[in-house]
Formats: sequence, C-alpha cells, structure tokens
Amino acid sequence: MPPPDTPVVPSPTPTPALRLDAGRLPHLLAVLTADGRELIGPVVSGGAIVYGPITGADDLPKGLVDDQAPGRYRLVAGESGTYFDHVATANSWKTFLFPPEQKICDIAHADGALTVTAPPVDAPARAFIGVRACDLRAMGILGKVFDNGDFADPAYAARRRNALIVAVNCGRAGGTCFCTSMGTGPKADGGYDLALTEVPAGGDGAPAYFTLVAGSDAGRRILDRLDLNRATAAEVETAAARVAACADSMGREMIADAAEMLGDNLDSPHWQTVAERCLNCANCTMACPTCFCSTVEDVTDLTGDNAERWRKWDSCFTLDHSYMHGGSLRRSGAARYRQWITHKLAHWHDQFGTSGCTGCGRCITWCPVGIDITEEARAVRDRAAGT
Amino acid sequence: MTRAKRKPARPKLAVWKFSSCDGCQLSLLDCEDELLEVAEAVEIAYFLEATRAEVKGPYDISLVEGSISTPHDAERIHKVRRQSRVLITIGACATAGGIQALRNFADVEEFIRAVYAEPKFISTLGRSTPISHHVPVDFELYGCPIDKYQLLEVINAHLNVRKPVIPNHSQCIDCKRAGTVCVMVGQGIACMGPVTQAGCGNLCPSRGRGCYACFGPKETPNTASLAKWFQNELGDDHRTVRDRFRGVSAFSESFRKESEAHD
Repeated sequence: MPPPDTPVVPSPTPTPALRLDAGRLPHLLAVLTADGRELIGPVVSGGAIVYGPITGADDLPKGLVDDQAPGRYRLVAGESGTYFDHVATANSWKTFLFPPEQKICDIAHADGALTVTAPPVDAPARAFIGVRACDLRAMGILGKVFDNGDFADPAYAARRRNALIVAVNCGRAGGTCFCTSMGTGPKADGGYDLALTEVPAGGDGAPAYFTLVAGSDAGRRILDRLDLNRATAAEVETAAARVAACADSMGREMIADAAEMLGDNLDSPHWQTVAERCLNCANCTMACPTCFCSTVEDVTDLTGDNAERWRKWDSCFTLDHSYMHGGSLRRSGAARYRQWITHKLAHWHDQFGTSGCTGCGRCITWCPVGIDITEEARAVRDRAAGT
Repeated sequence: MTRAKRKPARPKLAVWKFSSCDGCQLSLLDCEDELLEVAEAVEIAYFLEATRAEVKGPYDISLVEGSISTPHDAERIHKVRRQSRVLITIGACATAGGIQALRNFADVEEFIRAVYAEPKFISTLGRSTPISHHVPVDFELYGCPIDKYQLLEVINAHLNVRKPVIPNHSQCIDCKRAGTVCVMVGQGIACMGPVTQAGCGNLCPSRGRGCYACFGPKETPNTASLAKWFQNELGDDHRTVRDRFRGVSAFSESFRKESEAHD
C-alpha cells in the first residue's frame, strides 16, 4: 500500500474579495514593481503566449486567447477583451524556478590542487503574474522535489521564496485542459499571495473588473496599499460563476484510477501501440511544469586546467537518461513512454505523495504528433478490460 | 583525483578533405577567438586549407571532411586511417554521404551524360558513402556545416581524455531549453526537429523556420510517425515528405528508409 498523499499547497483562508477595476490593473503591477520586483507574466512570443519579463499591463496579451488541441496551438482574438482568458502558456514557471541551464560550479586546477567555486545563487525578487491553479499545484509538486526537508536545492528554494505569486482563476477552459479531473483547478485554492478573478465588460456597458483576494501576509500588505472597495456580493457571485462555468466546460478528463491501473498494466500491449506514434523527442517532458530531470555536463578548456559543471534539463525520453554501465536500460520507445506516464501518474504518488500531473495539458498541446496523456491512460485501461 | 598525463610533445592534428564543399574544415579556421589556443594545444600538422606546409604522419587526431565518391577517395581513406591514431569524421558528407549522396537514389551514369561535355574524363563511384562504410571511425560529428563549438569540444575532449559532450537527443530539447516556441505546433510549419540531432543551437526554429535536419538523424528517430503527421495534419504529399528526408543526410539509414517509403 503506498502512503496516502500529502497536501501539495497550503490552503489559507483568503481575505474577503476586493474589487479592482480592470483599468487599474497597471496600478497593481506598479505597486509590485515599486517593491523592486521584476514582473514575469504572460506575453506573446513566437506565435504563442509564454511567461516572460513584462514591464506593465500593456505587455499582457489583452484580447487574445489560445486555441489549443493535441499537437496544435494558435492565437486568436477572444470575444471578451480580457487580459487572462488564455490558458496554459507554452513554457511554464519551471523556466524561472528551475532554469533550463544552470552553472553549478567552476573547477580550477593549479599546483596539484583543485579549487571548486560555486556561483552565487541567482534568486531575484520577482512577481509571477497570472499563475493558474494548475501551475500553483506544479510549484507545490516541484517544492516536494527540490525543497522537501530531506533534500533541498538552495537555489530553487531561494527563487521560490523570492517570488510573489499573483494567481488568476481561469475563466475559460482550453482545448487540452483537464484540471478538474485532476482536482487541481480551475480555481486557485492556496499557495498564492494574491488571486484575481477577471470579469469581462458586460453587454450592458458594465466595465470589466477583477475580484481580488490575498492568501498571505505579503498579499494583504499589498492590498492595504491599493485602496480598494469590497466587491459586492453580486460581483463575487458573477466572478465565481465564471470560474464554475470554466470547470463545467472542460472537455477532457483523466480517468479516475490512473495511478493503480497503470501500475497493474506494466506489460500492456498498448505501450507498443503508443510507441509507434511517440517521437521520443522529449517535448512533453520539457513542456511539463513538473518534470524535473536534469543532466550534469562537465566541460573543460583546452588546457584541461579549468572546468565548468552545468546542470541542464534532461528527459526520460533520451537514451542517455537511463544509460548505465553496458548501455541504456530503456532502449525502446515503448519502455520510455511507459516510464514517463507511469512515473507521472502512478509512481510519483509513492515517491512524493502526490500525482506528478496537474492537468495543464501542455504535454498534449506541445507533442508534435498530438499524443494525449488522458487518451493513452484510458487506452491502457480499456485494453486491460478487453473493451 | 588524477589527471591523464599529457604527452610532452603536442599532439599532431591533420585535416583531410574528401568529396565536400570545404565548409566543415572552414569551421576550424572560423574558431577565430580560439584558434591560437588550439594551435598551442595541438600541432596543426596537415591542413591544406590553412597552410601548404606539411608535417609527415602519423597523426594523433585526424579530422576527415567529405564523403567517398570517387575510386581515388576510396583508396586514399585507407591511407589516412593507417596514419591516424584517432579518426573523427566531421560533417554530413563524412558521416552520411552528404548532399552528393542524392545520386545514390538515381543513375549516376545518366547524370554524367547529362552534365559533362566529355563524360569520359569523369571517374566517379555510383554512390557517395560515409567514411564509416570504408574504415573504422572513432567519433562522428554531425552537421552541415558542423558547429564550431562542437568541433572544439570534440578536440578538447580528446586532448583531455574524456567523453565529448555532444548529445544525440532531438533538436526539440535544445529549442525548449532555449525557450523557442515550437514552430510546428504553434504555426503549423513542418519541422524535422523531432527526428534531428541537436547541435546547431536551434538556428532555424528560433527564427521561425522549420528544422531542415542539417545535423542528421537523432538517436532512435521515429521518422514514420513524423512523416505521417506531415501528411495527415500539415498536408504534405508523398513527394514533399520524401524530399524533407532527402537532404544532406539522405543516405543515413533512417532517413533513407523513410524517403524511400515515399518514392
């Protein structure tokens, strides 16, 4: 029997909701900037919305939404002119908390001795703008990996600690989202400093606004500086209804018993079926907000007296990942896909007390051939059941 | 920790050209900032593109550019191998036969008659083949042209008796690490990245173009699945799919098989 799952994100009681006129969003961002925080939020880049540095609300993808499907992503004009009706971004917050390439140390050789110097921890004060419920869960999961008491990556912990989280409850479900079935969204239930719910302008000329709550002392101190009125009961209800409608309209879902079922079907013929499509290109693992594997590379200068050690994102889809003396353990595409999905959905529970999946759908959208983790889990189950 | 002892004399480096455009050996000269360091670390003993001066073999490291496409090439590569302690092939020609291996899918005699006024002066083989089809190769560096930093890394690793850090993984991993949004998913542009080995620094996708597979097939490439996606989702016909796989690495085994499946 695996140990029961443990909480991933704290669930504090939020403050009563305030109302922030949509036109005053720049004011909120200015307050965060005034505190010396670098703002990271959604921006358009390379035909998609990604998280990246922003200077203010003008950089946000206002009016744009993302049309996402397996292996397909397009930006289109939204109907509601909102800031945050796009869903999961092309990259994830992992990029900022666990950078793709980090130098671990310099090693110098002189007079028969080695000197190892670690670079200073790079953990700037930042505010993460527009963090979704699924991504809050992902940060909680990464915290269990990189900062769990027994093991702590000080750089990860410092970057997470120095980031103020401004969450956004989703008002629209994307084509590959399945957070409701994972119990991870679309409403942020903790782990944030501030949480916004966006309500677009009404057809009757009512202006767009946000409801805004704080989930931490840091968040409360920011609210105190904004001079906002309490949201009316009707405004709170309208905002909540939007998030509820988002949950109801989510078209994709993960099967309920994925963890146990996958563990029972390690010899399923379906692994070979999916391997015929899987490119083992590693896009799913790179896009995943919780995949944390890395490789360590040493490079030397030509004299051999100076070396650098780098940590870079790696993937269980490469042969090197399982390379041990004598060769790679997972040579077939079937073995590699099985490793990924069973770890993500099943064995993660044993290892970290939670699923490794947040239902964000990035692995589905960014798979170049549109392999859908929810469909593959279902297919393994159905083949086992003979249906 | 002990270090491998360097020989007192500098190792001798030779650069050999076979059927090729010279672009890969030019990458060595292109190491402008690092070239003096390289010249200090090794004795550049034979490198006709850089100097007519020749130091006799044997050589510690031979960099071989180009494919075997003439009877003369086929004979000469054995001489090079005999004189070389370590033989490293550089570039798509040397590792896969190069663009000139397109002849392998056609009748070379027909080409000769069509192109040359005096076909009798042409002495060529029916196929252009990689160096590894003729002699044992110690390391293959992909690319058309190769990446100069990868070349430096391979030389460096051999000098320091360690494994070169040259990943065999997909182009996609480098795109994702660099934060380049996938052009195929995001814009519907056909991209060979998922079956192509990284190494160029995601040159094309970072500029909004699909990967042309200059760096040849990655480890365990699933060409059939990608080809199917090109056809079913991006609207490629068979000929287009064939031509995507029939580039500078056309004669690598996996790309050859895939292109032939669309002939």
